[in-house]
Amino acid sequence: MIQLADVSYGYGDADLFSGVSLDLQPGSFYFLTGPSGSGKTTLLKLCYMDLLATSGKTTFFGKDAREMERNDIAHARRRIGVVHQDCRFLDHLSMSDNVSLPLEVAGKPRDTENLAELLGWVGLSSRAHAHPPELSGGERQRAALARAVITAPDVIVADEPTGNVDWEMSERLLSLLVELNKMGKTVLIATHDLNLIRAAKAQVAVRVLRIRDRKVQEAGADL
Amino acid sequence: MPNPTTWDNRADRVVPPSGYTARLTQFTAGAMAFLTVFALALSLATGRLADRWSSELARSATVRISAPVEQMGIQSDAALKVLLATPGVSSARILSKAEQQSLLAPWFGPDLPLDALPIPALIEVVETSDGVDTAGLRLRLQAEAPGAVLDDHTRWRQPLVKAADRLRFLGVVAIVLIAAATASMITLAANSALAANGQVIQVLRLVGALDTFIARAFVRRFTLRAFWGALVGTILGVTAILALPGASTEGGFLTGLGFQGLHWLWPVLIPPLAGIVAFVATRVAAFKALKGIT
Repeated sequence: MIQLADVSYGYGDADLFSGVSLDLQPGSFYFLTGPSGSGKTTLLKLCYMDLLATSGKTTFFGKDAREMERNDIAHARRRIGVVHQDCRFLDHLSMSDNVSLPLEVAGKPRDTENLAELLGWVGLSSRAHAHPPELSGGERQRAALARAVITAPDVIVADEPTGNVDWEMSERLLSLLVELNKMGKTVLIATHDLNLIRAAKAQVAVRVLRIRDRKVQEAGADL
Repeated sequence: MPNPTTWDNRADRVVPPSGYTARLTQFTAGAMAFLTVFALALSLATGRLADRWSSELARSATVRISAPVEQMGIQSDAALKVLLATPGVSSARILSKAEQQSLLAPWFGPDLPLDALPIPALIEVVETSDGVDTAGLRLRLQAEAPGAVLDDHTRWRQPLVKAADRLRFLGVVAIVLIAAATASMITLAANSALAANGQVIQVLRLVGALDTFIARAFVRRFTLRAFWGALVGTILGVTAILALPGASTEGGFLTGLGFQGLHWLWPVLIPPLAGIVAFVATRVAAFKALKGIT
């Protein structure tokens, strides 16, 4: 679905990664770990085309990223639900409008029942009409997750989706991702939270990737 | 397939309302439409004038008989005879004393004693559409009535027609410049709105919005603003034109500044044309700006 082959990326002269290869298989569940500043967010950005690799080949749903037109990129992004670390929203729209934004841009009708159910699942039913600036960090993260999954995309990429929520809510959000994974969706989560990884491992087959020495390695069974 | 109208409204909604660019666009479109009405009126009025001078007056001429009083009648009759026998002359007649008096009245008043003044006799000549061989006619007049002088109005008519044509051209140039200035102002306003909404555009791109979806929100908004602004400007401009004094012979060109007959349709076109200018300007600006955002 998404393949990175011998990819490098750097800011300025220094390479953050070099020779990174990654193949996100359909229906698989990945965690990406690594120390702060190791490049987890950058790697995720490469996975949803917010950044383009400085070298190597990136393929999205069978198409080379360098050969994709702007419309191709937009169509590919509709198949990737993203939870950004900074949870960007449209501040003039209500939370429910923000969550259903991917449906609107794709010209799909909004199913109010589904939307209400999804907002209930992430614990935001009472905040549906609030605007993003009125929400706490945790609420924004939950809303971002709801927005990422509302179209049931093929791939879900989440950058620290449980960073600002309590454990109970983390488990709840994780179970949503696990359910989607069981439906055949690919999930890639960047996190520091080892408990979250262990909780996921108890429910589905999980592969843990670790960024170390500018390379992405598969973590052992110690996690 | 989504309803295109609903889709447009959706696209419109994702961009926050912006106050000052909206007012700027509406004001610009309104002011430019107001000026366009006047440029149109000027262009059309000068066009009519040029047409009249070049067609109506081109088919008329005057023969002036300057001769001693005892010769005046003989030479006038001789000249009239020559004229009526000349190919290309539709009609020729000697102006009566009353007609001559009315021609001179604006300068000398209505009580001018024509009999006491050595006023030349005037013959009004109307030509056919084929025209007259003026050089040949002059020679024949000189032979038959030495005091006759043919004036085919060319000497003063041509510069006037040329001036009227220039004015008409300048009116068209003014309209083109107004359209270009409108497009420039709307492009600036659109660029300002696009820059102010950079983060909104980034979010939309990241959730899979096509450039056409994002551009549509801006294009639709600016097109409608320009249309409504131009509509108000046009109504005000037409009202101002209607408030001008009516066309009169004494007022000449200035009082004829306005629209006549089917020419009233031209101002009706201004608001839709302003909308089209805004549509194109905003669309070009939007797609250019979107290229810089992944």
